Amino acid sequence: MPGQKLDLLQGTLDVMVLQTLASLGSLHGYGIARRIEQVSGDQVLLNQGTIYASLVRLQQRGWISAEWGTSDNNRKAKFYSITKKGRSQLAADAAHWRRLADVMGRVLAT
Amino acid sequence: MTDLLREIFARFRSFFRKREMDRDLESEMAADFDLAVDENVRRGMSREDARRHALIRLGGMESARELHREARGLPVFDTLLQDLRYTFRNLRRDAGFTTFAILIAGLGIGASSTVFSVVNTLLIRPLPFSDPGRLVWIWNGKSTPDRATQVGNFLDLRDHNKSFSDLGAYNAFTSVGGTKLTGDGEPERLNSMPVSQNFFSVLGVQPQLGRLFNTDECRWRGPKVVVLSYGFWKRRFNSNPGIVGRSVILDDAPATVIGVMPESFNFAAVFAPGGRIDLFVPLPLTKETDASGNTLAVIGRLKPGATIQSAQAEFSVLGKEIYAAHHERNDIEPVLGPLDDHVSGQLRPALFLLICAVGVVMLIVCANLSNLLLARTATRQKEMAIRAALGAGRSRLIRQMLTESIVLACCGAVLGLILAVTGTRILAHLDGMNIPLLGSVQVDGNAIGFTLVIAVVTGLMFGLAPAFQVPALALHDSLKDSNRGSSEGKRHSWIRGALVVSEIAFACVLLVGAGLLIRSFLRVLDVNMGFQPQRAAAMRIDPSSQYSTPAQRSAYFREALRLAKSVPGIEAAGLTDVLPLDGDRNWGVSGKGQVYPEGQGPEAYVRIVSDGYLRAMGIPLRAGRDFTERDTPSSEQVIIVNETLARMLWPGENPIGQMMTQDGGRRVVGVVGDVRHLALESGSGGEMYLPIRQTGDYSAVYLVVRTTLPPSGLAAAVRASLRQIDPNLPGNDFRTVQQLVDRSVSPRRFVVLLLAGFSGFALILASLGIYGVISYSVSQRTQEIGIRMALGASARTLQAGILGQTLGLAGIGMMVGGVASWMLARTLSGLLFGVTSTDPVTFVAMLAMITGVAGLAGYLPARRASRIDPMVALRAS
Repeated sequence: MPGQKLDLLQGTLDVMVLQTLASLGSLHGYGIARRIEQVSGDQVLLNQGTIYASLVRLQQRGWISAEWGTSDNNRKAKFYSITKKGRSQLAADAAHWRRLADVMGRVLAT
Repeated sequence: MTDLLREIFARFRSFFRKREMDRDLESEMAADFDLAVDENVRRGMSREDARRHALIRLGGMESARELHREARGLPVFDTLLQDLRYTFRNLRRDAGFTTFAILIAGLGIGASSTVFSVVNTLLIRPLPFSDPGRLVWIWNGKSTPDRATQVGNFLDLRDHNKSFSDLGAYNAFTSVGGTKLTGDGEPERLNSMPVSQNFFSVLGVQPQLGRLFNTDECRWRGPKVVVLSYGFWKRRFNSNPGIVGRSVILDDAPATVIGVMPESFNFAAVFAPGGRIDLFVPLPLTKETDASGNTLAVIGRLKPGATIQSAQAEFSVLGKEIYAAHHERNDIEPVLGPLDDHVSGQLRPALFLLICAVGVVMLIVCANLSNLLLARTATRQKEMAIRAALGAGRSRLIRQMLTESIVLACCGAVLGLILAVTGTRILAHLDGMNIPLLGSVQVDGNAIGFTLVIAVVTGLMFGLAPAFQVPALALHDSLKDSNRGSSEGKRHSWIRGALVVSEIAFACVLLVGAGLLIRSFLRVLDVNMGFQPQRAAAMRIDPSSQYSTPAQRSAYFREALRLAKSVPGIEAAGLTDVLPLDGDRNWGVSGKGQVYPEGQGPEAYVRIVSDGYLRAMGIPLRAGRDFTERDTPSSEQVIIVNETLARMLWPGENPIGQMMTQDGGRRVVGVVGDVRHLALESGSGGEMYLPIRQTGDYSAVYLVVRTTLPPSGLAAAVRASLRQIDPNLPGNDFRTVQQLVDRSVSPRRFVVLLLAGFSGFALILASLGIYGVISYSVSQRTQEIGIRMALGASARTLQAGILGQTLGLAGIGMMVGGVASWMLARTLSGLLFGVTSTDPVTFVAMLAMITGVAGLAGYLPARRASRIDPMVALRAS
């Protein structure tokens, strides 16, 4: 259904955030949200509040770290980057999602 | 796992750094907002549009903060904190209600914790010995009432059994004040306990100072040594550790102190409740002690793997074998049971009763608080409606109410703990209570845990009914039932009525239980004991070692009696070797020419007494004569029997002048009334009195005096007078005979006092409950009453109506409670004495009491209602 945005499945946002940070390096909360929207072709519905919740959750698990810094256009912002532990978690999660997507695809193809 | 821990830790940290984290989030959002605006401007929007779009994009600050908090912190705690804060604000605002509720909960919880502490000490906590679960009490079923074992049999049991790692013994017949301490300081009588060499090691206790007995000291007439109890060491020697190795004068001979037992080892509290033990002395297990017959109380420690059942099987066989091989000894039939059963098993029914009683009290407390909270919820309808309208869910409202009740209960628990600490202190310091381990009753970790649990359970119980009323109220009643409503919802008043009815029913059960026990107690006190404890007193005056021949002792006795009688205020004096309710021994007896099958002969309790004893103790002489000074070893051997023994030996005949086979033939010269020597509740059995001048078979001599003045005031005068013949006479053991009686009924008194207290509390609570409900319904019906009065109803009819409502509730409660107590009272029958469990007096008294109290509780609101001014009532909003 074009026009209607996708609700995010529980747990998918955390993986998206990790993946974004893994591919782009250090990034602030707003940038992460924008990036996910762009990559999804503006198909996901993102509440900025849930991004912050996801970021603090990932931080508490030690998968990402945060630091205040300055952006390109000289504005203060909080920058996040993925940790080593975050990368291995991402690898595991990505494998899980691929398998799930594969299975779903096959089931729906029948 | 470490990740989980790290996350929990992080959550806790953010929970306590809420403000800091919130501020950080705010600045992050502000920064991101600026970034968004910048980007929008870059895309070509006007500054205004850029800001608007950024605001839409980033969403609300408040919801973001909520999400953030939930993701990082402890949401459950957050709500709990909120609820708690709100609860405290609420309770503080309604201080009267809060105080009252905390007081009621506190009294109930205090009573529960106190009873729990007693039960914990007596039944739950292990005995203060090492591995007490393996300790076994071994009594002799062939020896009543003392159940003691003969030394020879004990040695055979010990050496030939395979179930026990060891058997130890103590002398079951030590009398109070059996040892005389002279020398430095005031002479005094001490209670010493002869124990076998291994006794302490069987129990697994070690001396605090010095050592225990060695083999040499446990020989017959071995070196005289003593081990001190902690209490005696502290009292007499000021806890001086230098006492070990020193010598003290005991019974006119030096004895060496070799050790001191630790404070935790309180022999008397476990084995001789209500008394005290000062000294431990060696108990030789030799042919000399064997000759005294059944004297030992035996304790064994089971080997690993052995059970009481297997040991019992082995000992039953062993007992028969030993008796078959040793017909010269007393018969033996070993009966085994857990030691803790022996120590406190007898109290189990009474304690169980107290537990039930305190449980019922708690139920009444809960019903009462429930009622109070219900009344309060009704007045909080508006508040709840507003909270519901603002989006508080049903579960949130219920949780809020339960938080309030649990907070109330926990505040009550704090008060309860204070009460319990005070209560247990009082109980632990009750003197002369014949209840084991009572001195070590205290509020320990178990009791605190119990209090916490009971507080939460209580809070939940009394909070549930009001809490589940709340959502319904919030949604409907507050809208409909607003200002000029006539009466509250039906359901609501129905629940309150049911609660009051159950309170009254519970109070009924308690009152009946307490009433039955109080009547039993009075009956016990009323029993014809066979002697008159009033104005009688006793002290030990055993002749010291210098009076060695019967003639010398006889002279000593005559002089002692003469001196005692010369004290002003003393009207009679006599001697005995054993006091009523203070111990006993029995012998087989027979009349001359009577033959009984082996093991079935009659037995009689033995007392060695002097002339004047019967009069001093107040024992009535039914026929014949008392002993006189002329009943000496050279005159005819005589004896006095009680009525029961006379009937046993010579049914239908005149016992006076008959011969008994005792000591080679004694002539019955007198018959006296029966004396309740074992306990007030049990009958006498055969009893016989031997003249002290015709036998040496006594181990104690008590002087018993009957006075015209209060006996306790005469102690000093009697002692001073008797010191003329014995300057070293100790005087610390002067006891009134009433004290003996009190000690004997003390367990019963203990239970009765607690139970009466509980039922009094229950009655007050129930009356408060009924008062609350009626006066609330009166205040709710003010307008209705006003209308009725305006229409001509008289104050009298109104009062009658309200009283009728009260008594109606009370009537239903009494009916339910009466039937319940009628059924439950039967379980009490083991504790009753002289009353049946359906005792009509008790039931009628209970009904009258509750009717009276309910009437009063209804009368006060009724009077208030009848004074309502119709004009005021109708105008009131």
